Amino acid sequence: MYFDSLSDFINMGGHGLYVWSSYALTLALMAASILLPWLNLKRTRKQLRRQFAREAANAE
Amino acid sequence: MNLVKKTNAAAFCRLTPKKVNSPSLMAVFIAACRREWQLQVRRKGDLINPLVFFALVVVLFPLGVSPTAEILAPVAPGVLWVAALLAVLMSLDALFRPDLQDGSLEQLLVCGYPAAPLSLAKVLVHWLLSCVPLVLLAPLLGVMLYLPFQAQGVLMLSLLLGSLTLSLVGAIGAALTTGLGKSGVLMTLLVLPFYMPVLIFGTGAMQAAIGGHTALAHLALLGALALVALVLSPWAIAAALRIAVSGE
Amino acid sequence: MWNWLKTLYHRLGSPKWFYQITGKWLPWFVAASLVLLTTGLVMGLAYAPMDYQQGNSFRIMYIHVPAAFLAQSVYMMMAAAGVVMLVWKIKMADVVAQALAPVGAAMTFISLVTGAIWGMPTWGTWWMWDARLTSMLILFFLYLGVIALREALSPQEVAAKACALLAIVGVINIPIIKYSVDWWYTLHQPASIKLTEKPAMPASMYLPLLFMVLGFYALLGWSVLLRARAEVLRREAKSGWVRELLKDK
Repeated sequence: MYFDSLSDFINMGGHGLYVWSSYALTLALMAASILLPWLNLKRTRKQLRRQFAREAANAE
Repeated sequence: MNLVKKTNAAAFCRLTPKKVNSPSLMAVFIAACRREWQLQVRRKGDLINPLVFFALVVVLFPLGVSPTAEILAPVAPGVLWVAALLAVLMSLDALFRPDLQDGSLEQLLVCGYPAAPLSLAKVLVHWLLSCVPLVLLAPLLGVMLYLPFQAQGVLMLSLLLGSLTLSLVGAIGAALTTGLGKSGVLMTLLVLPFYMPVLIFGTGAMQAAIGGHTALAHLALLGALALVALVLSPWAIAAALRIAVSGE
Repeated sequence: MWNWLKTLYHRLGSPKWFYQITGKWLPWFVAASLVLLTTGLVMGLAYAPMDYQQGNSFRIMYIHVPAAFLAQSVYMMMAAAGVVMLVWKIKMADVVAQALAPVGAAMTFISLVTGAIWGMPTWGTWWMWDARLTSMLILFFLYLGVIALREALSPQEVAAKACALLAIVGVINIPIIKYSVDWWYTLHQPASIKLTEKPAMPASMYLPLLFMVLGFYALLGWSVLLRARAEVLRREAKSGWVRELLKDK
C-alpha cells in the first residue's frame, strides 16, 4: 500500500479532485457502455418473444 | 444541344457487343469531361454562390474581430483558408445529386467503362469551374485583410494545389451522401476532419512566406497530398456512387 | 490451427452460429474484464508509487492511456470489419462494426476528458492544443461522422456499405492527419511536458497499466458482444432459429 491513511488516499497529495473525477467519469461511461446494450438486448428479446406469441395466437 | 446528345450517346452507351464502335477509355473520359463542362456551365448559380459565400465569410471577420491591420494581418492566412475550405465544401454538395435524380449516374456505372476515371472527370471539371475562380478571387480578399504582398503568390498557389485535394476528398463525402435529399450538415461532419492536413499545410505555406522563408516544403507537401488524392480517391468515389445507386 | 481459424471465420458469418458462440464467449469476457479492471484499479490507485514530477495526478494515466489506445485500435477494427464486409460480403462484420462505433466514440471521449483533467495540474490549463489531444479530438469527430452516416442512411445494406467505405477512407487518412498535426504542433509551440512518455517506468508503475489495457479490451469485447447480439436478433427476426429460440415457454 502506497498511502499511509485513508484521508491521504482520498486527498492524493492535493490532486484528489482531478484523479477521482477522471476515474468517476470513466467508470460511469464504462457502466453505461455495458448497461445500455444489456438492457437493449433484454428489451429486444422481450419484444420479439411477444411478437412471436402474438403471431402464433393469430395463426391459430 | 444536338452535339451534346451525340457525344453522350457515344460515351455512355456500349450496348452492342461490337468492338468496332466502342471508343477508347481516353475518348470516353474526354466526352465525359465535355458533358460535365456543358452541364456545369449552365448551372450558373451553383458556380457563383460558393464565390459569394467565400467573400462573405471573409468579410465577417473584420466585422467580428477588428478592422485594424495589426490584428487582421496575422490571422489573414487562416481566415482565407478556412473560408475557401468551407466554400469548396459547399460547392461539392450538389455534385452528384442531379445525376442521380435524372438517372445518368446509373448510366455512368453500367456503361462498361471503369467508373473511377469517369467520376474523376466530374470532379476535375468541377475543380476547374469552381475552385480556379476561387483562387483568382482570393488575392483580392487578401488585400482586404492586409495580407502582405509577398504572400499573395503563395496564397494562390497553395489554394490551387490544396483545392484539388479538397475537391477530390470532398467528392467522396458528396458521393456517400448523394442518396439523401439534403445532406449539407452531415457531409460537412464527414469531410471536415479529412480537410485538416490541407488546412495545416496551406496556412503553413503562407506563414512561411509572410515570415520571409521559402514555402517550397509546404507547397511540395500540398502537391504530394493532391497526387495521393488524385490516385486513390476516384476509386473511393466510384465505390461510394455504386453504394448510393444501389440504395435507390 | 489455420484450418480451425478458417472454419471459425466462415462460421462466424452465419448469424445463428454467431449468436450461439458469442453466448458462450460472453461470460469469459465478463470475468476477464471484471478481474483485470479491479486488479488494475487497485494496483494503480493504491499501490503504484507516486511520480516525482507530476505527483499523484499521474494516476490518471491508468485510464487515459488505455482509453487513447483503444480509441485508435477500435477505429482500425472498424475498418478491418469494413474490409471483411465489402470484400467477402459477410454481414456479421457489419454487425460488429456497428457495435464498435459507439464504444470507440466513448473511449475517445474518455481519453479527451481525462487528458483535459490531467492537463490542469500538469500544464495549469484545462485545454492545450497539444498534438495528441488535437489528433484525438479529430478522431472523435471521425467517430461521430461514422455514427451519423449510419443514422442517416437507409436501407440497412446501403448504410452498412457506406460506413465500411468511410471507415476505410478514414484509416488511410489517420496517419496523414496525425503526421500533419504533429508537424503543426512543432511549428507553433516547441515541445513542452509530454504527457505519457516516461523513460524506464518501474514494474510497480507499468504493471497496473498493462492490466488496465487488457481490462479495457475485455470490456470492449463485452460491450460489443452485447450490442452485436441484440442487433443480430433484430436483423434476423424473420428467420426460423430466432423464432425457435424465443418461443414462449
